[in-house]
Amino acid sequence: MKPSKEQQLWMYEHMLVSRYFEESIEKIYMEGKSPAFNMANGPIPGEMHLSNGQEPCAVGVCAHLEPSDIVTSTHRPHHVAIAKGVDLDRMAAEIFGKKTGLSGGRGGHMHIFDPKVNFSCSGIIAQGMGPAVGAALSRQMQRKDGVAVAFLGEGAANQGAFHESLNLAAVWKLPVIFVIEDNAWGISVAKRASTAIERNDQRAAAYGMPGHFVPGNDPLAVYEVAGEAIARARRGEGPTLIEIETYRLAGHFMGDAEGYRPEGEKDALFARDPIPKMREHLKANEGWSDADDAALVELTRSRVDAAIAFARDSAYPEPEEALEKVFV
Amino acid sequence: MTVASKERKLTIARAMAEAIAQEMRIDERVFVMGEDIGPLGGVFGNTRGLYDEFGAERVRDTPISETAFMGAAVGAASDGMRPIVELMFVDFFGVCFDAIYNLMAKNTYFAGGEVQVPVVLMTSTGGGYSDAGQHSQCLHATFAHLPGMKVVAPSNAYDAKGLMTAAIRDNNPVIFMFHKALQGMGWLGTEKDAIVHVPEEAYEVPIGKAAVVREGSDVTIVGITSGVHHGLKAARRLAERGVSAEVLDLRSLVPLDRESIIASVRKTGRLIVVDEDYHSYGMSGEIISSVVEQGVPLRAAPQRVAYPDIPIPFTRPMEQWALPSADKIVTAFEKMTSH
Ligand SMILES: Cc1ncc(C[n+]2csc(CCOP(=O)(O)OP(=O)(O)O)c2C)c(N)n1
Ligand SMILES: [Mg+2]
Repeated sequence: MKPSKEQQLWMYEHMLVSRYFEESIEKIYMEGKSPAFNMANGPIPGEMHLSNGQEPCAVGVCAHLEPSDIVTSTHRPHHVAIAKGVDLDRMAAEIFGKKTGLSGGRGGHMHIFDPKVNFSCSGIIAQGMGPAVGAALSRQMQRKDGVAVAFLGEGAANQGAFHESLNLAAVWKLPVIFVIEDNAWGISVAKRASTAIERNDQRAAAYGMPGHFVPGNDPLAVYEVAGEAIARARRGEGPTLIEIETYRLAGHFMGDAEGYRPEGEKDALFARDPIPKMREHLKANEGWSDADDAALVELTRSRVDAAIAFARDSAYPEPEEALEKVFV
Repeated sequence: MTVASKERKLTIARAMAEAIAQEMRIDERVFVMGEDIGPLGGVFGNTRGLYDEFGAERVRDTPISETAFMGAAVGAASDGMRPIVELMFVDFFGVCFDAIYNLMAKNTYFAGGEVQVPVVLMTSTGGGYSDAGQHSQCLHATFAHLPGMKVVAPSNAYDAKGLMTAAIRDNNPVIFMFHKALQGMGWLGTEKDAIVHVPEEAYEVPIGKAAVVREGSDVTIVGITSGVHHGLKAARRLAERGVSAEVLDLRSLVPLDRESIIASVRKTGRLIVVDEDYHSYGMSGEIISSVVEQGVPLRAAPQRVAYPDIPIPFTRPMEQWALPSADKIVTAFEKMTSH
C-alpha cells in the first residue's frame, strides 16, 4: 500500500506543522526561565516533553485514520495530536493554561483531550493501552466502524499494562493497533539496558498477533505497515503490534542535560532528521519544487503562528473555576 | 563564630544520598533500585554519587516495570536483603500498588512476625509548579491509611538524613516521601529553609516523633513537608500582630505522634492543620479527630488548610489558588478568633 502524492504531501505538511509547533513551544517555554531555570516560571510552566524527530510515527499512522477512530497517546503527545486533527488553537491554548484551551487549562500538555476527533493522552506510562483496548471493544460491541490506536514509547513495553492489553486485545480479536515509538531511550535508560530482547515487535508472537518492525524513522514505510494493520483491524481480523524506529531529537523533557547520550549520538540523529529527508524524497520522486516547498513551509508556519497567537491572546480562567468539571 | 564555620548546609536531596551511602558502606545487604537512579542520580538528585561509589550491582536502573520491581523488593527483603526502591512520583503508584499494600505491608503480620520486610520506598510529592494532576499529588493519606507501613516525610535536610538512616535500619517497610519544592533542585524552585546544617556522621531521627519547630501559646499549627514551611511563615506573620503560634512538624505520619499534638493543643487551645494532600478523608481529619477524641479543651473549632477535593489543575491561577499557603493559615486563625 503505497501512499499517493496527495497522501505524501499530507504527511509532509503535518510533519512541518508538528516540528514548527514544537520549535515554537520550545522557545516560548524558555521565556521567564533564564538565567535560573525554574519549571514553575514563564508562559508555559511545568514539564514539557517535545516530539521533534518522532513525526513519522504520527503521520504514517494517522494518515489512515478518520476523526471517528480513536487514538490514545502519551506524555509526549503533540505530534500525534496534530496528525489526528486535534484543534491546534485550543491545544496551544491548553498548553498555555488558558480558558480557551481544550479543557480550560485544567489538563495542560500531558492531558490533551479532544473528543471531537477522539484523541486523548496521559502521563502514566503504558496506561493509554487499556483505554484503547476498551474503545475497540466498544466499537465491536456496538457493531460500529472504527479502530483504536494506542501510541506508546519503547520503555512502556516493559509495563504490565502492555502485556495484559496485548493479550486481552488478541483474545477478544479487537480492532486495535499498538504503535511503539522506539526512540531508544526511556529518560536516561537505554532500551538495551531495560529490554530483554532487541525488538519489541517480536513480543507480538507471544500474544498470537502480527508484529512488524519499521526501521529508519521513515514515514513512507510507517504508512505502508500501519495501513495494512489498520485495514486488517477494520476487517475484523484483530490487533497488530508495530514498533517504529524513531529519533528523539530533543531531551526527555525541557531542561534535560542529556549527559547519558553517547558522544556524537545527537549529531548522528540530526543528520538523519526525517523532515529534510522527506523533502528530498518529494523533490526526487514527486516533482516537488523549491517554490512548492517554500509555499508549504510558509503556510504551515502561519497556521502555527496563528495558534500560538490565539493562545497568547486568550485570557486565563478564573481561579475558582478549578472547582468546576470534577463531576458533570 | 566557631559554630557557623562548622555549618554544613545540605539540600534534602544530598542529605538523602549521604544517608544511603553511609548505610551502604556498613551494610552489604542495602541496595537501591528504580528508574533513572543509576548514572543519572535520580530525577530529583537523591541517589547522586551512589552509582559511582557502589556500581551497577548495588545501584540498579530498572525497566519501567513497577509491578515487577516492587514485588521484587518484597521478595528480596524477605530473603535477607534491604532494598531501597524509588518510584519518581507518588502519582505513579497505581500501577504497582498490590505489592505494596497487600504484600509489603501485610506479610510480616501474615507470618506472625516471623518474616521481615525491610524495604524503604522513596517517592516525590507535591505541586506548585504546574505539573498537573498526575505529577503533583501528595497522597499522604493513601499510604498512611494502610496498616503495616511506616510513613515519613521530612521538611528539612537534617530530618531527611536522620529519617532515611532510621528507615534503612528499620525492619519494617517505610515509605519516605520527599516534597519536590523542598528538594533543593533549582529547576523546581527551592524552599531555602529546607537547606540546613547536616552533621557528617550518621545519626537517626526517630520514626514516629514529631518536632516542635517553633514554640508558641495561642495556636498550634500542625503540618508536614511543605505545610511546615507555610506554618512557619504564617507564625512569623501572626507574631507581628502579637499572636504566638506553635508549629509542629510531624515528620512521620505512621506512627503518628498523637502525644505531641495533644500536648501542644492542651497548651494553646487552638488547632490548625495544614496539608497539601486532599481535604477529605485525610491527615487533617485524622489529627483533628485525635485531639477531639481526647477531650482536649478547645477555645475555637479546629481548622484545616488542605487541598480542595479536586484533581490538581495545570494552569497556574487555578493551582496557586488551590494550594495551601501562609495566607490561608492566617485567615483560618482570624476565623477562629473573630467572635
Ligand atoms: C508508571 C510510570 N512510571 C514512571 C513514569 C516516569 N516516566 C515518565 S516518561 C518515562 C520514560 C518513558 O519512556 P518511553 O516509554 O520510551 O517514552 P519516551 O519518553 O521515550 O517517549 C518515565 C520512566 C511514569 N510517567 N509512569
Ligand atoms: Mg523511549
